Amino acid sequence: MITARYHREVPQRYRLEAGKCTKCGYVAFPPRLVCPKCNTKKFKPIVLKDEGKIITYTVIRVGPDKFSKETPYAIGIIELNDKLRLTAQIAGVVDFDKLKIGQKVKLVFRKIQDDGKAGIHMYGYKAVLA
Amino acid sequence: MRDVVVIGAGMTKFGELWGKSIKDIFVEAALKAIEDAGVKQIDSMYVGAMSSGLFVGQEHLGAVMGDYLGVTPIPATHVESACASGGVSFRQAYLEVASGASDIVLAGGVEKMTDGADVTEALATAADQEYEVYQGVTFPGLYAMIAHAHMKEFGTTRKQLAAVAVKNHRNGAKNPNAQFRSEITIDQVLNATMVSDPFGLLDCSPVSDGAAAVIVTTMEIAKKLKKKPIKVIASAQASDTIALHSRPSITTIGSVVNAAKKAYKMAGLKPSDIDLCEVHDCFTIAEIVVSEDLGFFKKGEGGKAAEKGLTAIGGKIPINTSGGLKSKGHPVGATGIAQIIELYEQLNGKAGDRQVKGARIGMAQNMGGSGASCVIHILEGGK
Ligand SMILES: CC(C)(COP(=O)(O)OP(=O)(O)OC[C@H]1O[C@@H](n2cnc3c(N)ncnc32)[C@H](O)[C@@H]1OP(=O)(O)O)[C@@H](O)C(=O)NCCC(=O)NCCS
Ligand SMILES: [Zn+2]
Repeated sequence: MITARYHREVPQRYRLEAGKCTKCGYVAFPPRLVCPKCNTKKFKPIVLKDEGKIITYTVIRVGPDKFSKETPYAIGIIELNDKLRLTAQIAGVVDFDKLKIGQKVKLVFRKIQDDGKAGIHMYGYKAVLA
Repeated sequence: MRDVVVIGAGMTKFGELWGKSIKDIFVEAALKAIEDAGVKQIDSMYVGAMSSGLFVGQEHLGAVMGDYLGVTPIPATHVESACASGGVSFRQAYLEVASGASDIVLAGGVEKMTDGADVTEALATAADQEYEVYQGVTFPGLYAMIAHAHMKEFGTTRKQLAAVAVKNHRNGAKNPNAQFRSEITIDQVLNATMVSDPFGLLDCSPVSDGAAAVIVTTMEIAKKLKKKPIKVIASAQASDTIALHSRPSITTIGSVVNAAKKAYKMAGLKPSDIDLCEVHDCFTIAEIVVSEDLGFFKKGEGGKAAEKGLTAIGGKIPINTSGGLKSKGHPVGATGIAQIIELYEQLNGKAGDRQVKGARIGMAQNMGGSGASCVIHILEGGK
């Protein structure tokens, strides 16, 4: 991945920076230029809560080539305590069969991918069971 | 707007077509459609394809196919809407004829997926690249998350998911163009290698090569050509958030609900008026959710309906008589057109062993990504 493209996403991937609509309260993660709920263009910067629960999940057993080293892995939609939802891997799961919708999780800073050709480690958030 | 009718159809067999290039298969389907329609020329053409750039390293597909079909200098346009590219190609052709801009238009679709690309990664580009795919999500993974949510909310079971695959293979076995013409059992589906929990291999549509094309024109020209006109009585499209996680509900596909509402209104029909429906069963859960969101069954009852046989040929609403994406194959850009072809054959009474008796009104539902795009058409056969 090109460094510029990676660099642009760092505030979100490293620090969970989001935008909150000043009119209707919609939380945009990543930040947006216009609110999809009320069309306002004014947002104030906020940082997302790092705790939440699993809304749904799957265990990926046939993955893309670049995730081949960690396949199988669990991934889910996580609802954070401020109601914002995002997609994240669920790391450190010992027994996939025990994963359940509704389980409490916490977001942690982890390596997500390697860019083999450029030799760059790429980081971001993953969920771990709380 | 003028009335628009379908007067010709052609497709390749779907499957691993290693001996043929993307150009070969598109031109084969287009020539068959032109011959079937009996027209001497076309005024314009559309090529639906999701990602020929990633699959075979070729973009500018409108021009490529116009050239190889030998129809330059007519306008030749590539349209992309992920797995809904074929349906959107058909809609563009419909609009071009309806508006009066052209009289005879070819709507085609194609995908060549077995030429060596990392298919899982290429397909995933239909999701949010920065916020879903970056984390490691795949297409089977997105629909698997819909499935788990549906199972939790409504008690849908893996056996009910399997019933969709079994029924679609039973239909596809009767379709000479289908990729997999074998019947399968519930146990085979349940015991297949796991791809993305709760999906095994047989809950997934396959990786396929294939092309399909139809000719649309006006009612007047159809009459002149002495063709039994299959009329397009609704064309509707809707969108939703690109990321699955941004939707208020994981178990309802908003674009399907919205496109269906428009389509029923345009045709002046309700779900019970539809005689058969081709739906976008890229994964078994997709057919269940869509059968609910189109209004055939109450929310949460789609799994039970599939298990009871209500969606089989002869059931309350026959779904995917062609074998669907599951058994017929899913060369993504060609799928939406192949759905129209199944309706065309059914409404002409030429679907052979798969024929729905007395079929007069057919619906095709094609969607892209995890449902961020949906396009629906309703076709009516002559009396
Ligand atoms: C499910 C999937 C991962 C399987 O791919 P794979 O693991 O590479 O499987 P293979 O190609 O090695 O196939 C193994 C065998 O199963 C068969 N097979 C593959 N996919 C199949 C399917 N979906 N249904 C039935 N049989 C299938 C193959 O023909 C092959 O049989 P053979 O050994 O007799 O030749 C792949 O088909 C896939 O990604 N499907 C989803 C496509 C998709 O996401 N489309 C977009 C949807 S919106
Ligand atoms: Zn707002």
